[in-house]
Amino acid sequence: MSAATTDPAGPYAQCHTCELVVSVPLGPIHGLGCPRCRTAIHRRKPNSLARTWSLLIAAVICYVPANIYPVMEVTTLGRPQADTILSGVVYLFAHGMWPLSLIVFVASVIVPVLKIIALGSLALSVQRGSQWRPHDRARLYRVVEAVGRWSMVDVYVVTILVALVNLGSLASVEAKLGALFFGAVVVLTMFAAESFDPRLIWDQMMTDADEGVGDADGE
Amino acid sequence: MSVIGCHHCDAICDEPDIPDGGAAICMRCGGTIFRRQRQTVEYTLALITAAAILFVVANAYPFLSFEMQGQITQTTLISGSVALWEQGRFAVAALVFMTTIVAPALEIGLLLYVLAPLHFGRALPGAVIAFREVERFRPWSMMEVFLIGIFVAVVKLADMADIVPGIALWAFGLLIPTLAGAASFLDAEIVWRRIGDLK
Repeated sequence: MSAATTDPAGPYAQCHTCELVVSVPLGPIHGLGCPRCRTAIHRRKPNSLARTWSLLIAAVICYVPANIYPVMEVTTLGRPQADTILSGVVYLFAHGMWPLSLIVFVASVIVPVLKIIALGSLALSVQRGSQWRPHDRARLYRVVEAVGRWSMVDVYVVTILVALVNLGSLASVEAKLGALFFGAVVVLTMFAAESFDPRLIWDQMMTDADEGVGDADGE
Repeated sequence: MSVIGCHHCDAICDEPDIPDGGAAICMRCGGTIFRRQRQTVEYTLALITAAAILFVVANAYPFLSFEMQGQITQTTLISGSVALWEQGRFAVAALVFMTTIVAPALEIGLLLYVLAPLHFGRALPGAVIAFREVERFRPWSMMEVFLIGIFVAVVKLADMADIVPGIALWAFGLLIPTLAGAASFLDAEIVWRRIGDLK
Protein backbone atom coordinates (compact mmCIF):
# COMPACT_ATOMS: atom_id res chain seq x y z
CA MET A 1 0.00 0.00 0.00
CA SER A 2 1.37 3.38 -0.93
CA ALA A 3 1.66 5.76 1.97
CA ALA A 4 0.00 8.81 0.53
CA THR A 5 0.48 11.97 2.51
CA THR A 6 -0.76 15.50 2.53
CA ASP A 7 2.61 16.54 1.21
CA PRO A 8 3.34 20.26 1.27
CA ALA A 9 2.04 20.89 -2.22
CA GLY A 10 -0.31 17.98 -2.84
CA PRO A 11 -4.07 17.66 -3.29
CA TYR A 12 -4.94 17.07 0.38
CA ALA A 13 -4.66 19.03 3.60
CA GLN A 14 -5.73 18.06 7.08
CA CYS A 15 -7.54 20.48 9.37
CA HIS A 16 -5.36 21.17 12.43
CA THR A 17 -8.37 21.43 14.69
CA CYS A 18 -10.84 18.67 13.78
CA GLU A 19 -8.49 16.49 11.68
CA LEU A 20 -10.77 16.34 8.67
CA VAL A 21 -8.90 15.59 5.46
CA VAL A 22 -10.00 17.96 2.72
CA SER A 23 -9.22 18.24 -0.97
CA VAL A 24 -7.41 21.45 -1.75
CA PRO A 25 -6.02 23.03 -4.90
CA LEU A 26 -2.37 22.22 -5.63
CA GLY A 27 0.21 24.70 -4.43
CA PRO A 28 -0.08 27.28 -1.66
CA ILE A 29 -3.53 27.68 -0.16
CA HIS A 30 -4.95 30.81 1.37
CA GLY A 31 -8.26 31.77 2.90
CA LEU A 32 -9.70 28.27 2.90
CA GLY A 33 -11.89 27.27 5.84
CA CYS A 34 -12.55 23.77 7.16
CA PRO A 35 -16.03 22.71 6.03
CA ARG A 36 -16.59 20.94 9.33
CA CYS A 37 -15.22 23.15 12.11
CA ARG A 38 -14.67 26.40 10.18
CA THR A 39 -11.07 27.02 11.24
CA ALA A 40 -8.59 28.14 8.61
CA ILE A 41 -6.97 25.29 6.69
CA HIS A 42 -3.18 25.21 6.48
CA ARG A 43 -1.01 22.49 5.07
CA ARG A 44 1.42 23.01 7.94
CA LYS A 45 1.20 25.17 11.03
CA PRO A 46 2.06 28.66 9.80
CA ASN A 47 5.62 29.86 10.59
CA SER A 48 6.05 26.83 12.79
CA LEU A 49 9.84 26.99 13.18
CA ALA A 50 10.05 30.74 13.67
CA ARG A 51 7.36 30.65 16.35
CA THR A 52 8.90 27.67 18.09
CA TRP A 53 12.33 29.30 18.17
CA SER A 54 11.13 32.65 19.46
CA LEU A 55 9.07 31.06 22.22
CA LEU A 56 11.98 28.80 23.17
CA ILE A 57 14.42 31.70 23.36
CA ALA A 58 11.97 33.62 25.54
CA ALA A 59 11.66 30.54 27.77
CA VAL A 60 15.45 30.23 28.12
CA ILE A 61 15.66 33.89 29.13
CA CYS A 62 12.94 33.45 31.76
CA TYR A 63 14.47 30.20 33.03
CA VAL A 64 17.42 32.02 34.62
CA PRO A 65 15.47 34.42 36.90
CA ALA A 66 12.95 31.64 37.56
CA ASN A 67 15.68 29.68 39.32
CA ILE A 68 17.70 32.53 40.82
CA TYR A 69 14.90 34.54 42.37
CA PRO A 70 12.90 33.07 45.24
CA VAL A 71 9.44 31.87 44.32
CA MET A 72 8.10 32.62 47.77
CA GLU A 73 8.98 34.01 51.18
CA VAL A 74 7.72 32.25 54.28
CA THR A 75 7.56 34.43 57.39
CA THR A 76 7.08 32.69 60.74
CA LEU A 77 7.06 34.83 63.91
CA GLY A 78 8.70 37.70 62.09
CA ARG A 79 11.52 35.60 60.60
CA PRO A 80 11.41 35.68 56.81
CA GLN A 81 12.85 32.79 54.81
CA ALA A 82 13.08 32.81 51.02
CA ASP A 83 12.52 29.66 48.99
CA THR A 84 13.75 29.06 45.46
CA ILE A 85 12.55 26.21 43.25
CA LEU A 86 15.62 24.17 44.14
CA SER A 87 15.55 24.85 47.87
CA GLY A 88 11.93 23.64 47.90
CA VAL A 89 13.09 20.31 46.49
CA VAL A 90 15.92 20.10 49.02
CA TYR A 91 13.47 20.81 51.84
CA LEU A 92 11.21 17.93 50.83
CA PHE A 93 14.16 15.60 50.45
CA ALA A 94 15.63 16.59 53.83
CA HIS A 95 12.29 15.80 55.45
CA GLY A 96 12.38 12.27 54.12
CA MET A 97 9.67 12.85 51.53
CA TRP A 98 11.83 11.60 48.73
CA PRO A 99 9.04 10.36 46.41
CA LEU A 100 7.42 13.79 46.50
CA SER A 101 10.75 15.59 46.23
CA LEU A 102 11.54 13.44 43.21
CA ILE A 103 8.24 14.41 41.55
CA VAL A 104 8.86 18.10 42.17
CA PHE A 105 12.49 17.84 41.08
CA VAL A 106 11.55 16.13 37.84
CA ALA A 107 8.54 18.38 37.17
CA SER A 108 10.18 21.70 38.04
CA VAL A 109 13.86 21.29 37.25
CA ILE A 110 14.35 18.45 34.79
CA VAL A 111 11.24 18.77 32.62
CA PRO A 112 11.63 22.45 31.65
CA VAL A 113 15.30 21.96 30.71
CA LEU A 114 14.71 18.73 28.79
CA LYS A 115 11.71 20.26 27.08
CA ILE A 116 13.70 23.25 25.86
CA ILE A 117 16.57 21.02 24.69
CA ALA A 118 14.21 18.54 23.01
CA LEU A 119 12.18 21.16 21.15
CA GLY A 120 15.36 23.00 20.17
CA SER A 121 16.92 19.85 18.74
CA LEU A 122 13.70 18.90 16.94
CA ALA A 123 13.52 22.35 15.34
CA LEU A 124 17.21 22.17 14.44
CA SER A 125 16.89 18.68 12.96
CA VAL A 126 14.02 19.84 10.74
CA GLN A 127 15.94 22.93 9.65
CA ARG A 128 18.94 20.84 8.66
CA GLY A 129 16.78 18.44 6.71
CA SER A 130 17.73 15.53 8.92
CA GLN A 131 16.39 12.07 8.09
CA TRP A 132 17.70 10.57 11.30
CA ARG A 133 15.27 8.26 13.18
CA PRO A 134 11.98 10.01 12.41
CA HIS A 135 9.98 7.59 14.57
CA ASP A 136 11.99 8.43 17.65
CA ARG A 137 11.85 12.14 16.96
CA ALA A 138 8.07 11.92 16.50
CA ARG A 139 7.80 10.04 19.79
CA LEU A 140 10.01 12.59 21.52
CA TYR A 141 7.66 15.32 20.38
CA ARG A 142 4.62 13.49 21.75
CA VAL A 143 6.33 13.02 25.12
CA VAL A 144 7.32 16.69 25.29
CA GLU A 145 3.76 17.70 24.51
CA ALA A 146 2.36 15.44 27.23
CA VAL A 147 4.66 16.16 30.17
CA GLY A 148 4.97 19.95 29.93
CA ARG A 149 1.92 20.69 32.03
CA TRP A 150 3.37 18.96 35.11
CA SER A 151 5.85 21.78 35.58
CA MET A 152 2.97 23.86 36.90
CA VAL A 153 3.17 21.99 40.23
CA ASP A 154 5.42 24.58 41.83
CA VAL A 155 3.23 27.47 40.80
CA TYR A 156 0.29 25.72 42.45
CA VAL A 157 2.24 24.97 45.62
CA VAL A 158 3.03 28.67 45.98
CA THR A 159 -0.63 29.53 45.31
CA ILE A 160 -1.91 27.13 47.96
CA LEU A 161 0.63 28.25 50.57
CA VAL A 162 -0.13 31.92 49.93
CA ALA A 163 -3.84 31.29 50.39
CA LEU A 164 -3.52 28.98 53.38
CA VAL A 165 -0.75 30.51 55.46
CA ASN A 166 -2.22 33.91 56.04
CA LEU A 167 -2.13 34.51 59.78
CA GLY A 168 -0.64 37.99 59.88
CA SER A 169 2.39 38.28 62.15
CA LEU A 170 2.21 34.64 63.24
CA ALA A 171 2.87 33.14 59.83
CA SER A 172 2.45 34.31 56.27
CA VAL A 173 3.64 33.40 52.79
CA GLU A 174 4.28 35.86 50.01
CA ALA A 175 4.69 34.99 46.34
CA LYS A 176 7.95 36.36 44.90
CA LEU A 177 9.28 37.29 41.50
CA GLY A 178 10.63 33.81 40.79
CA ALA A 179 7.08 32.45 40.62
CA LEU A 180 6.25 34.86 37.83
CA PHE A 181 9.26 33.84 35.73
CA PHE A 182 8.70 30.19 36.47
CA GLY A 183 5.08 30.40 35.34
CA ALA A 184 6.31 32.19 32.23
CA VAL A 185 8.73 29.34 31.44
CA VAL A 186 5.91 26.78 31.68
CA VAL A 187 3.52 28.80 29.52
CA LEU A 188 6.17 29.70 26.92
CA THR A 189 7.36 26.10 26.54
CA MET A 190 3.77 24.89 26.25
CA PHE A 191 3.15 27.37 23.46
CA ALA A 192 6.47 26.42 21.85
CA ALA A 193 5.44 22.75 21.82
CA GLU A 194 2.10 23.71 20.32
CA SER A 195 3.76 25.80 17.61
CA PHE A 196 6.07 23.06 16.44
CA ASP A 197 4.57 21.01 13.64
CA PRO A 198 5.68 17.35 13.89
CA ARG A 199 4.76 16.85 10.24
CA LEU A 200 7.87 18.82 9.32
CA ILE A 201 9.90 15.81 10.55
CA TRP A 202 8.19 13.61 7.97
CA ASP A 203 8.36 16.12 5.16
CA GLN A 204 12.11 15.53 5.10
CA MET A 205 11.57 11.83 4.62
CA MET A 206 9.59 12.30 1.43
CA THR A 207 12.16 14.25 -0.53
CA ASP A 208 13.93 10.99 -1.34
CA ALA A 209 10.92 8.89 -2.20
CA ASP A 210 8.77 11.39 -4.05
CA GLU A 211 9.81 13.55 -6.87
CA GLY A 212 8.79 17.15 -7.28
CA VAL A 213 8.05 17.87 -3.64
CA GLY A 214 8.77 21.47 -2.80
CA ASP A 215 10.18 23.14 0.25
CA ALA A 216 8.87 21.89 3.58
CA ASP A 217 7.75 25.28 4.78
CA GLY A 218 5.00 25.68 2.17
CA GLU A 219 1.65 26.55 3.68
CA MET B 1 -15.52 5.32 2.41
CA SER B 2 -13.68 8.35 3.52
CA VAL B 3 -10.10 9.42 3.79
CA ILE B 4 -8.49 9.88 7.19
CA GLY B 5 -5.19 11.49 8.05
CA CYS B 6 -2.64 11.15 10.81
CA HIS B 7 -2.29 14.45 12.67
CA HIS B 8 1.24 13.52 13.75
CA CYS B 9 2.84 13.03 10.35
CA ASP B 10 0.09 13.71 7.82
CA ALA B 11 0.03 10.29 6.21
CA ILE B 12 -3.40 9.74 4.72
CA CYS B 13 -5.26 6.57 3.87
CA ASP B 14 -8.75 5.20 3.30
CA GLU B 15 -10.54 4.81 6.59
CA PRO B 16 -9.97 1.30 7.92
CA ASP B 17 -12.70 -0.66 9.66
CA ILE B 18 -11.88 -0.34 13.35
CA PRO B 19 -13.79 -2.39 15.93
CA ASP B 20 -15.14 -0.62 19.01
CA GLY B 21 -12.40 0.03 21.50
CA GLY B 22 -9.74 -0.49 18.83
CA ALA B 23 -7.33 2.15 17.65
CA ALA B 24 -6.04 3.16 14.24
CA ILE B 25 -2.25 3.38 14.40
CA CYS B 26 -0.41 5.30 11.71
CA MET B 27 1.62 3.02 9.45
CA ARG B 28 4.23 5.66 8.91
CA CYS B 29 4.91 7.27 12.29
CA GLY B 30 3.29 4.92 14.79
CA GLY B 31 1.11 7.62 16.32
CA THR B 32 -2.47 6.91 17.36
CA ILE B 33 -4.80 8.40 14.76
CA PHE B 34 -7.98 7.76 16.69
CA ARG B 35 -9.55 5.30 19.07
CA ARG B 36 -13.04 4.06 18.24
CA GLN B 37 -15.39 4.23 21.18
CA ARG B 38 -18.72 2.52 21.36
CA GLN B 39 -21.50 4.91 22.36
CA THR B 40 -18.99 7.68 22.75
CA VAL B 41 -21.65 10.36 23.20
CA GLU B 42 -23.44 8.48 25.99
CA TYR B 43 -20.36 7.39 27.94
CA THR B 44 -18.68 10.75 27.71
CA LEU B 45 -21.90 12.54 28.59
CA ALA B 46 -22.39 10.40 31.70
CA LEU B 47 -18.85 11.03 32.93
CA ILE B 48 -18.87 14.72 32.10
CA THR B 49 -22.16 15.16 34.00
CA ALA B 50 -20.54 13.56 37.04
CA ALA B 51 -17.51 15.79 36.50
CA ALA B 52 -19.73 18.88 36.43
CA ILE B 53 -21.24 18.00 39.82
CA LEU B 54 -17.82 17.22 41.32
CA PHE B 55 -16.42 20.44 39.90
CA VAL B 56 -19.15 22.48 41.60
CA VAL B 57 -18.47 20.72 44.92
CA ALA B 58 -14.72 21.18 44.50
CA ASN B 59 -15.27 24.90 44.04
CA ALA B 60 -17.93 25.44 46.67
CA TYR B 61 -16.14 23.96 49.70
CA PRO B 62 -12.68 24.48 51.19
CA PHE B 63 -10.12 21.82 50.26
CA LEU B 64 -7.72 22.45 53.12
CA SER B 65 -7.91 24.03 56.55
CA PHE B 66 -4.81 25.20 58.32
CA GLU B 67 -4.72 25.58 62.07
CA MET B 68 -1.92 27.21 64.00
CA GLN B 69 -2.12 28.26 67.63
CA GLY B 70 -5.88 28.39 67.58
CA GLN B 71 -6.15 30.40 64.37
CA ILE B 72 -7.75 28.77 61.38
CA THR B 73 -7.55 29.60 57.68
CA GLN B 74 -9.27 27.75 54.85
CA THR B 75 -8.69 27.70 51.14
CA THR B 76 -11.03 27.10 48.28
CA LEU B 77 -10.01 26.77 44.66
CA ILE B 78 -10.62 30.43 43.95
CA SER B 79 -9.02 31.81 47.13
CA GLY B 80 -5.55 30.93 45.85
CA SER B 81 -5.94 33.15 42.80
CA VAL B 82 -7.51 35.87 44.95
CA ALA B 83 -4.63 35.81 47.46
CA LEU B 84 -2.05 36.07 44.67
CA TRP B 85 -3.97 38.96 43.12
CA GLU B 86 -4.03 40.78 46.47
CA GLN B 87 -0.26 40.41 46.73
CA GLY B 88 0.08 42.13 43.37
CA ARG B 89 1.07 38.98 41.45
CA PHE B 90 -1.53 39.63 38.77
CA ALA B 91 -0.03 37.51 36.00
CA VAL B 92 0.47 34.47 38.24
CA ALA B 93 -3.02 34.91 39.68
CA ALA B 94 -4.47 35.01 36.16
CA LEU B 95 -2.49 31.92 35.13
CA VAL B 96 -3.73 29.94 38.13
CA PHE B 97 -7.30 31.16 37.66
CA MET B 98 -7.18 30.24 33.98
CA THR B 99 -5.73 26.74 34.44
CA THR B 100 -7.65 25.61 37.51
CA ILE B 101 -11.05 27.25 37.04
CA VAL B 102 -11.71 28.74 33.61
CA ALA B 103 -10.24 25.98 31.43
CA PRO B 104 -11.78 23.04 33.37
CA ALA B 105 -15.14 24.87 33.56
CA LEU B 106 -15.07 25.47 29.80
CA GLU B 107 -13.99 21.91 29.08
CA ILE B 108 -16.90 20.53 31.14
CA GLY B 109 -19.46 23.16 30.15
CA LEU B 110 -18.79 23.08 26.41
CA LEU B 111 -18.83 19.27 26.30
CA LEU B 112 -22.18 19.24 28.11
CA TYR B 113 -23.51 21.85 25.70
CA VAL B 114 -22.53 19.72 22.71
CA LEU B 115 -23.13 16.17 23.96
CA ALA B 116 -26.39 16.49 25.94
CA PRO B 117 -28.42 17.70 22.91
CA LEU B 118 -26.55 15.28 20.65
CA HIS B 119 -27.77 12.39 22.78
CA PHE B 120 -31.33 13.47 21.95
CA GLY B 121 -30.49 13.91 18.28
CA ARG B 122 -30.14 17.66 18.28
CA ALA B 123 -27.38 20.23 17.97
CA LEU B 124 -27.71 23.60 19.65
CA PRO B 125 -26.59 26.72 17.80
CA GLY B 126 -22.84 27.13 18.04
CA ALA B 127 -22.22 23.43 18.68
CA VAL B 128 -19.49 23.42 16.04
CA ILE B 129 -17.59 26.27 17.63
CA ALA B 130 -18.20 24.90 21.15
CA PHE B 131 -16.79 21.49 20.27
CA ARG B 132 -13.85 23.02 18.45
CA GLU B 133 -12.94 25.09 21.51
CA VAL B 134 -13.02 22.07 23.84
CA GLU B 135 -9.84 20.76 22.24
CA ARG B 136 -8.26 24.17 22.41
CA PHE B 137 -8.83 24.53 26.15
CA ARG B 138 -8.04 21.00 27.20
CA PRO B 139 -4.23 21.38 27.44
CA TRP B 140 -4.76 24.34 29.79
CA SER B 141 -7.02 22.46 32.17
CA MET B 142 -4.62 21.28 34.87
CA MET B 143 -6.70 19.93 37.74
CA GLU B 144 -4.54 16.82 38.14
CA VAL B 145 -1.39 18.91 38.43
CA PHE B 146 -3.11 21.05 41.05
CA LEU B 147 -3.85 17.91 43.09
CA ILE B 148 -0.14 17.08 43.24
CA GLY B 149 0.41 20.71 44.25
CA ILE B 150 -1.96 20.19 47.18
CA PHE B 151 0.01 17.13 48.34
CA VAL B 152 3.29 19.02 48.20
CA ALA B 153 1.80 21.95 50.10
CA VAL B 154 0.44 19.64 52.80
CA VAL B 155 3.85 18.05 53.30
CA LYS B 156 5.53 21.44 53.53
CA LEU B 157 3.10 22.61 56.17
CA ALA B 158 2.89 19.40 58.14
CA ASP B 159 5.46 20.34 60.81
CA MET B 160 4.25 23.88 61.05
CA ALA B 161 0.58 23.34 61.81
CA ASP B 162 -2.43 21.05 61.68
CA ILE B 163 -3.77 20.47 58.20
CA VAL B 164 -7.33 19.24 57.82
CA PRO B 165 -8.58 18.05 54.41
CA GLY B 166 -11.99 19.38 53.40
CA ILE B 167 -14.86 18.02 51.33
CA ALA B 168 -13.53 19.67 48.19
CA LEU B 169 -10.37 17.58 48.39
CA TRP B 170 -12.38 14.35 48.06
CA ALA B 171 -14.41 15.86 45.23
CA PHE B 172 -11.12 16.79 43.63
CA GLY B 173 -9.72 13.30 43.99
CA LEU B 174 -12.80 11.88 42.21
CA LEU B 175 -12.94 14.62 39.61
CA ILE B 176 -9.54 13.79 38.13
CA PRO B 177 -10.22 10.15 37.14
CA THR B 178 -13.72 11.20 35.99
CA LEU B 179 -12.31 13.85 33.67
CA ALA B 180 -9.60 11.50 32.44
CA GLY B 181 -12.26 8.87 31.73
CA ALA B 182 -14.42 11.37 29.87
CA ALA B 183 -11.45 12.37 27.73
CA SER B 184 -10.58 8.77 26.89
CA PHE B 185 -14.17 7.85 25.95
CA LEU B 186 -14.50 10.85 23.69
CA ASP B 187 -14.22 9.88 20.04
CA ALA B 188 -14.08 13.32 18.44
CA GLU B 189 -14.43 12.01 14.90
CA ILE B 190 -17.78 10.39 15.67
CA VAL B 191 -19.02 13.49 17.46
CA TRP B 192 -18.04 15.62 14.45
CA ARG B 193 -19.90 13.28 12.13
CA ARG B 194 -23.00 13.25 14.28
CA ILE B 195 -23.02 17.04 14.43
CA GLY B 196 -22.54 17.07 10.66
CA ASP B 197 -25.38 14.60 10.05
CA LEU B 198 -27.81 16.88 11.85
CA LYS B 199 -27.07 19.82 9.60
